[in-house]
Amino acid sequence: MEEELESGVVKKFLYINRRAPHGTVYAHEALEVVLIGAAFEQDVSLAFIDDGVFQLKKDQDTSEINTKNFSKIFSALEMYDVEKLYVEKESLELRGLTEDDLSVDVKVIDSAEMKKLITDSEVIFNF
Amino acid sequence: MLFGILVNEGPYQHQASDSAYLFAKAAIEEGHKIFRVFFYHDGVNNGTRLATPPQDDRHIPNRWSELAAEHEIDLVLCVAAAQRRGMVDPDEMKRNKKDADNIAEKFRISGLGQLIEAGVQTERLITFGD
Repeated sequence: MEEELESGVVKKFLYINRRAPHGTVYAHEALEVVLIGAAFEQDVSLAFIDDGVFQLKKDQDTSEINTKNFSKIFSALEMYDVEKLYVEKESLELRGLTEDDLSVDVKVIDSAEMKKLITDSEVIFNF
Repeated sequence: MLFGILVNEGPYQHQASDSAYLFAKAAIEEGHKIFRVFFYHDGVNNGTRLATPPQDDRHIPNRWSELAAEHEIDLVLCVAAAQRRGMVDPDEMKRNKKDADNIAEKFRISGLGQLIEAGVQTERLITFGD
C-alpha cells in the first residue's frame, strides 16, 4: 500500500512519546506511525518523556480495559531497524521507575541530553 | 519555504485545526508553500462534509476545502485513523461495504506514508495539537 520514497533523502526523525499508553489513543497511534515510517529507511530515534515512559513498562495487562496491549510491539522494533530508544532519566525518577522496570533495552539520558537530541533532529513527531 | 502540516485534533473541540488553518493561510500570504496537510488521530474529523455549525460560527471543514481549492493544497486523512472514526470516501465505502461516504471536497484518504513523505520532502513539518 505504501510506496517507498526514491529520493534517497535520509533525515533524522525523532518520535517523542509523552503520554501514558492508555487513557488516550495517542501512544498507540504514534507507534503505528513509527511502524509505517520504518519502511522509509530514515534515521529514526524514539524518545520517551513524562508519562510516555509508562509505555515501556514491563508486564502490562490490558485485558480488563478492552484495549490492545501494544507494549509488546516495542520489543519487536529492532526487526524494523528502529533501535535507538531514549528515555529521560528525570521522567523515570519522578515516577518511581528504574531501567529495570522497562521491557526493552533503552538508553537513559538526562534532560540536557534530551534537549540536544531534540535540537539535533530534523523531523519531530510529538505524540 | 515548503511546509508540511500535521493536525492531530478534531474540529471545534480543540483549537489545533483553527491554528493550523490560520498558519497555512498566513504562510501562503507570505509567499510560502504548503506541501500537504495531514490529519491524524481525531484530526481526521476535520474532513467531514456533514458538519452543520451554527451560521455565526466558522465552518471548519469547508474552510479547509476552500483553501485547498484555491491554493492546490493536498489534504490527506490517515486511512487507519479514518476507518476507526467512520470517515469514509467513495473508495473506502466500496471496500468496506458502507452505505454512505462523508468526505468533504478536496480531502482524500491515504496511508501514514504520506505523513512520513511530508517529513522528508518539506523543510519544516509543523504539528498542531496538544
